[in-house]
Amino acid sequence: MTEIIHDIGRPRAAPGLGLAGDAHVGLLRQVLNILTRSPLATVGASILLAWSLLALLAPWVSPYPPNRIDVALVADPYPSAAHWLGVDHLGRDILSRLIWGARTVLTVAPIAVLGAVVLGVFLGLVSGYRGGFIDAVIMRIGDTLLAFPKIILYLIIIAKFGASAFNIIAVITLSSAPIIARIVRGVTLDVKNRDYVAAARMRGESALFIMFVEILPNARGPLIVDFFLRLGYTTIAIGVLGFLGVGLPPPDPDWGGMVKEAYGMIFVWPHMTIIPALAISSLVIGANFLATGLREASLDG
Amino acid sequence: MADVLAFENVSIAYDHRSGRQNILRDVSFTIADGEALGLVGESGCGKSTVALAAMRYLPRGMSIVEGRILVEGRDTAGLTDHELSRIRGNRIAMVYQDPMSSLNPVMPIGRQLMEVPLLHGETDEAAAFRRAVAMLEEVRLPGAAAMMERYPHQLSGGQQQRVVIAMALMAEPALLIMDEPTTGLDVTIEAAILELVRELRAKFGTAILFISHNLGTVARICDRIGVLYAGRLVETGNIASVFHAPAHPYTRGLLGALPRLHGGRRRGRLRPIEGTIAAADRARMGCAFAPRCVYAVRHECEERPVPMVPANGSDAHLARCVRLDAIRASAADAPTIGNDEPVAGDAPILLSVRNLTKEYKLGGMFGGTGKVVRALTDVDLDARAGETLAIVGESGCGKSTLAKIISGLLTATSGEALIGGTDVATIPVDIRPPDLRRQVQMVFQNPDSTLNPSHSIAYALTRPLRLLRNLANRDAKAEVSKLLAQVRLPADMAERMPHQLSGGQRQRVAIARALAGNPGLMVADEPVSALDVSVQAAILNLLAELLESSQLGLVLISHDLALVRHMADRVAVMYLGRIVEYGPVEQVFAPPYHPYTAALLAAAPTPDPDAEPPDRVLEGSMPSPTDVIVGCPFASRCPERIAGLCETTPPPVRRFGEHRIACHLDLDGTPAQPAAETGGRVGIRSSIS
Repeated sequence: MTEIIHDIGRPRAAPGLGLAGDAHVGLLRQVLNILTRSPLATVGASILLAWSLLALLAPWVSPYPPNRIDVALVADPYPSAAHWLGVDHLGRDILSRLIWGARTVLTVAPIAVLGAVVLGVFLGLVSGYRGGFIDAVIMRIGDTLLAFPKIILYLIIIAKFGASAFNIIAVITLSSAPIIARIVRGVTLDVKNRDYVAAARMRGESALFIMFVEILPNARGPLIVDFFLRLGYTTIAIGVLGFLGVGLPPPDPDWGGMVKEAYGMIFVWPHMTIIPALAISSLVIGANFLATGLREASLDG
Repeated sequence: MADVLAFENVSIAYDHRSGRQNILRDVSFTIADGEALGLVGESGCGKSTVALAAMRYLPRGMSIVEGRILVEGRDTAGLTDHELSRIRGNRIAMVYQDPMSSLNPVMPIGRQLMEVPLLHGETDEAAAFRRAVAMLEEVRLPGAAAMMERYPHQLSGGQQQRVVIAMALMAEPALLIMDEPTTGLDVTIEAAILELVRELRAKFGTAILFISHNLGTVARICDRIGVLYAGRLVETGNIASVFHAPAHPYTRGLLGALPRLHGGRRRGRLRPIEGTIAAADRARMGCAFAPRCVYAVRHECEERPVPMVPANGSDAHLARCVRLDAIRASAADAPTIGNDEPVAGDAPILLSVRNLTKEYKLGGMFGGTGKVVRALTDVDLDARAGETLAIVGESGCGKSTLAKIISGLLTATSGEALIGGTDVATIPVDIRPPDLRRQVQMVFQNPDSTLNPSHSIAYALTRPLRLLRNLANRDAKAEVSKLLAQVRLPADMAERMPHQLSGGQRQRVAIARALAGNPGLMVADEPVSALDVSVQAAILNLLAELLESSQLGLVLISHDLALVRHMADRVAVMYLGRIVEYGPVEQVFAPPYHPYTAALLAAAPTPDPDAEPPDRVLEGSMPSPTDVIVGCPFASRCPERIAGLCETTPPPVRRFGEHRIACHLDLDGTPAQPAAETGGRVGIRSSIS
């Protein structure tokens, strides 16, 4: 039996983010509401927030310029009072490089994911709402893109167009958009048969209006969860690209690049590899925790 | 001998993070050996919790905080898990609403039936097989031996429910608990299942706890009835006593809120119960119903606990009310009776449907099976201004398809639907000219999906005002309050989100939305079927008021004959995509009938314990819409089929003035036709007139 709300005398407590649609409750309050209910989301959000603050305030909080080479320090590169996380093989301060590197990853990853969301949402909506031939074409192109191992796809495109922030964003956008399109298409297929969509058609709303105003808001729950999950994956992808040497060009600090540069010396100076690797992990875990927490909170209702 | 089941002052609560919620409070009843007790109430009243508690199957977090539950005299609280599982298997069996949830989809039903005695170690394979076949015959499943090999998905919904009942009876239980066993079924199937339960009860003497929201089904099955409201029993008594002389204002309200099949009530008003259903967890000292009760007196009703007291001077009929005497003396809650004068029939025609046919080709991307589904075949009807045209039939009869073609959500394959001279049958709503679009608006069935959960009520009403009436934003805002007032909702409702509204309130908003463009014709597809009885009455009254105060035409799609009798001016009865009977309501609901209409009328459960049980119930189920029907679509189930004629030749349309019936039977136009010719139909007539 479907649940009928009117058997409860008072309105139900505002449910989780977006899934039940409470545009009227302020977004900030919704977020706080979820964070207080889900410890996992709180931990995840704290990690992301901490890195974001560090990245934002890099010029002020970074103890040294990230690219200052001081070969003298290589004699004793381990963590010390002057260099909390030690220095790398060129004597550059690892903490400073991590903080500046956070700037890179925290701009490139969200922009790439946002790009994927914009493209994926549009394709998913059109595909699901129009159906038929258009749907088949969009989805088959998406399937083809997904059929490539991602790394190969990245390497092919970057080898062709060169390594730059823009190209990395483009590559990640293109490779993630099909997955987001699938999510949005799924929601669209469900929602387009709801009576309120029929009501919108009956008053003469345009197809674009129905897609973006009637259908899309109902996908925001799964989209927000997916955004943070994908932020984690993208952080890994940027790390991998850096590690393979096709990431952002040196000398600007890049976490994946830091791992790669120090990787050869892992048995001599393990901290040079492990610390940036942990930084990548922390960001991925933070994004994952937040996504999982949000999903649980929204399922809780 | 001890009662099969006894609840003694049982209170059940649900503990969750934000605290304790009472589900049942101080519920006491007994079921004697062989007795059938009906438990009725609206959603959220706790009736299903009673069933779960009797089986000791309470979900996590729910617990019995007070009172005792005795099964055959034994307190179930002291029993071990092993003893409890023996009780569940042997002494109490349960039938749920959805048969598929009780059947294993990957096991033949014969094996599932045989498992019952085998698991209890009672018999060997061969004996279990014989018992299973015998039991399938008991529940009137055709070809029982062959049926043993079938899988659940190969059976229809009604057949599945029969299998579940057979499975429940295999253990020869002392008590059968049925929780809404016929709620998802069509009315003719429901009647057949209820008939079966009556028969089996007479044969096996099993006691029954019958849980339902439908007073009509309870009246047909049970000896006694208990009425639950907000987790409390408010009235118990014998069926006849409670239905003829309901004592508690809530019971009186429920009965008054129900549209009736009998007598002329057209344009009458039902008596809805004001307010919204109270949650059981209100920490209320007194009567939970008091806030909605027209008889409530504050200090008397709300300030101290209300005991069960004898109603009508008998200990067998109890009601939880302190104002029984005052209520008996008053008739403030009697429903008003409408008139039943024939409609004039000269109102302008808004919609004229001719030979409308809708076909679907089955199959996927690469051609498919070539099968064709005929959803509608040669439908003819007219809808007039100021009148209600009801389209009635069981699921799959094409009534919703017809509604969608009229409103442009689907397009027809052939035929025409004229609105103001324009044929809209093949024009989807998206490309209808604005003025045509404005003409027809629709109210949907499901209050949960009729409003977009992401947008406010103001949005739902402003958009159609802007698009259909070209109002500027500011004018639209003013108009929203007017619309809300028209559907009896406060103006501040506009700022709410759909999830903050009750089902009835959402359905009112949906009606307001349909009215926003000042349509000529409103198509309402089962507008109240998802609502509780008391809420449903208020919506029906609202529709009746709207129709009286305007020239709005209403096309009402419904499966509920009583509702149709109450609301409609003209009725079209549909079966398998065809109209089998059409005419003014008072003529369709009186002889001569199409045999299908007669069967529907006989099957409709009425809240009247004296109503004769249907003298026959339809066998089988509706043919598949992919079957090619040459003759009469109803021939496969018709009790009056003329062999060799009905299956092969399309039935002629017999006309009695405006009333028309598509049937081979020689139906005489006058109600006083000789009994010899109509044989079986006499019984039907006496039971409904």
